[in-house]
Amino acid sequence: MERQPLALRIVLAAGLVALAAFPFVGEKFYVQFVTKVMIWAIFAVSLDLLVGYTGLVSLGHALSYGLAAYTLMLLTPQYEAAGFWTSLGASLGVAALAALVVGLLVLRTSGIYFIMVTLAFGQMAYYYVHDSDRLGGSDGKYIYVRPALEIAGWKPFDLDQFTHFYYVALALLAGVYFALRVLLASPFGRVIVGIKENEHRMRMLGFATFRYKLVCFVLAGVLAGLAGWLAAAHDGLVNPEMLSWHQSGQLLMMVILGGMGTPSGPILGAAALKVLELLFQSWTKHWQLLLGGFIVLAVLLIPRGLAQLFEWKRRG
Amino acid sequence: MDTAIFLIQVLNGIQYGLLLFLVASGLTLIFGIMGIINLAHGSFYMIGAYLAFSLTRLIGDFWLALAAGVVVAVAIGLLLEWLVMRFLYQRDHLYQVLLTYGLILIFEEARSLVWGDDVHGVAVPGALAHSIPLTENLSYQVYRLAMSGICLAIALGMYWLIQKTRLGMTIRAGSVNREMVQSLGINIGLLYRLVFALGVALAALAGMLASPVSSVFPGMGNQVLIISFVVVVIGGIGSVKGALVAALLIGLADTFGKVLVPQIAGMVVYLLMAAILLWRPQGIFGRG
Amino acid sequence: MAEAALRTESLQKLFGGLAAVNGVSLACELGRVHAVIGPNGAGKTTLINLLSGDLEPSSGRIEILGREVTGLAPHRISQMGVGRSYQRTNIFMRFTAFENCRLAAQSRLPTSMRFLRPAARYSAVNDAAAKALEVCDLSSRQDTVAAELSHGERRQLEVAMTLATSPKVLLLDEPLAGMGAEESARMVELLRRLAPGHAMLLVEHDMDAVFALADTLTVMVNGSVLASGTPEEIRASREVQEAYLGSEEHG
Repeated sequence: MERQPLALRIVLAAGLVALAAFPFVGEKFYVQFVTKVMIWAIFAVSLDLLVGYTGLVSLGHALSYGLAAYTLMLLTPQYEAAGFWTSLGASLGVAALAALVVGLLVLRTSGIYFIMVTLAFGQMAYYYVHDSDRLGGSDGKYIYVRPALEIAGWKPFDLDQFTHFYYVALALLAGVYFALRVLLASPFGRVIVGIKENEHRMRMLGFATFRYKLVCFVLAGVLAGLAGWLAAAHDGLVNPEMLSWHQSGQLLMMVILGGMGTPSGPILGAAALKVLELLFQSWTKHWQLLLGGFIVLAVLLIPRGLAQLFEWKRRG
Repeated sequence: MDTAIFLIQVLNGIQYGLLLFLVASGLTLIFGIMGIINLAHGSFYMIGAYLAFSLTRLIGDFWLALAAGVVVAVAIGLLLEWLVMRFLYQRDHLYQVLLTYGLILIFEEARSLVWGDDVHGVAVPGALAHSIPLTENLSYQVYRLAMSGICLAIALGMYWLIQKTRLGMTIRAGSVNREMVQSLGINIGLLYRLVFALGVALAALAGMLASPVSSVFPGMGNQVLIISFVVVVIGGIGSVKGALVAALLIGLADTFGKVLVPQIAGMVVYLLMAAILLWRPQGIFGRG
Repeated sequence: MAEAALRTESLQKLFGGLAAVNGVSLACELGRVHAVIGPNGAGKTTLINLLSGDLEPSSGRIEILGREVTGLAPHRISQMGVGRSYQRTNIFMRFTAFENCRLAAQSRLPTSMRFLRPAARYSAVNDAAAKALEVCDLSSRQDTVAAELSHGERRQLEVAMTLATSPKVLLLDEPLAGMGAEESARMVELLRRLAPGHAMLLVEHDMDAVFALADTLTVMVNGSVLASGTPEEIRASREVQEAYLGSEEHG
């Protein structure tokens, strides 16, 4: 288990401080932008648990994300707030259940077939939601009031205020990050990493690898559900696109770009992709050309993603 | 459902399936021989359609435009292979996915720059613009039959190429054991270029053939891409035979799905894929 | 007669029409070394694959430590006290030698579904890993990444990983494969040290090692057992000499 290179730790610590201070200096638009980036970061970390650590490339990860989002929508009364804990619990529960059911089926395949079967289930969910009038069809539905937390009359925060939402998202991202590091150092985490490295040998050593993959799949689903709940609350809108393969694809891009198999990689990847998007959008209407070009160059020149850049600092 | 309508759906299903076969066979060859997952494959389908639109307006004759279009598409494909693709051969699949995703963005935006974002139509070539009557009220477009015929001819051509020629033998060997083919001294770079060019040509041709029927619109590449991947995986990666069987299966399933179970029409193809993969994880003709 | 730790009865494995292993019966007791020899393609590796659970037998019986394990999944067989090493090195290339063994030793925890305490703090696991490395003379290399070990060291690591799971039965598939004279001698010494505490089934081509270690020899040809007995009996057997031994003496 390697210690993180010092350069990376400094950058991450600085990043945390910067993020905590940002709402004091940033405009509302940018604070909300960074909130969105943090939500994507949580989503990307959840996929990395599958891709970077266990070696399971899922193109249907948006399924848990989207179902959690829709659960929040269903639990939110027309013009009132849903309960914070109840809606979060329900969303995570739905995400976990979906991941469990799908995992039991898809984990019997591997490689490219696994990618495609996960895509299939993701698309099935997409079409189900897309064609369902009750769920809002292709337009989706609005969430007019964000979930509210009240403990005996006292509201610790008000999610409808964008700065409060920002800090809740930041706290959750930090929590997820540290939880992931703990998980990776645990016996479970070591098994997961071993499965990616040489699953056959793990089985021969006596590990029932299917079980571990399934638990990992469900954990990743729960994290994706957290991101979905946050995204729905933040945007105030759920629509089928949240379950589409484009969503899963973009997510995969973030994970690969940032560097798989590192706790900070997906966070960097999410930030990089979204910031570049914003930047290029401000330059030209045809910003996708620039983004595509950037991705192509990045793959050709930086083989292992952005987090690799920090490895160079350690060796140098 | 009466016989005439049933017949129409079957013909539609087969036509859609054969078109999918053109696209999917290129994809499966590229993946099977070169080991590259190319998400930009759908973009060539789109490029083909847009080329059909522009070239028919320029040249006037649909078939000449088709021929010219294939040449242009192959040229673009070879340029792409030389510039970018050849660096992907040894790379991990995930990076191929990422890079070709970047290519999709580039192609989409380039298309927007050159042709704009409107939906365009391509006229059905005059000679085939009429319909054959099936019953009093129903008839079937001759062009659609011609499409199926052309795709079928190409399928037979590919069968001949792969089963009866030396090149085909090399391709078959390469899809089973790439290293072996290399160590036999065969110019692997040339083989790859040929296979890639073939794949691109097929995808572009499919787009051109489809354009009079399904029109020319942004996003058509992504749509066909995802279904082609489903075809490839169900048929078994690297198997052209598998691509044909799977494409027809999907074509028919999708067509009948829309008619019989419209509420879940979109899900039908994916339910089919999930079922097949759970029964036979390597695809129908895939190697275990 | 000591109770056999490992026993097979008429074990058979068919691939299509071909019997890769055909009616093999053998036994190995704790503290004994049973070597399986034979020309290439005799079915020796298939036999080990059947015993470790990598392959499922077409017919026949396998018993480990008195319990029937025929057709059980490999991880279940491993948990019953069987350790298997591979002919082609099958380790975790990107982990250090220590982590390779530590992970192997971790498999003996009642469960690895533990999410909070760092794996590095399970001292019993660490001790088992350190011990296995020590027995295999790899302690000085424990912090080296496996990919950077020499071929001989990696073969030693193969064995160390197997030992880290505290097995009673050892299935070793050509542990000396690809080793030079000095490395081979070291490995033979290691195996000799291990023999008393385990039931060892050894597949090997190196005849010097085989005759130095084995209590019992089984000669396989074309999937079947040609002869079985003590090293002296086998050496004296004309059948075996004709079929195999003469050409292999210098192998």
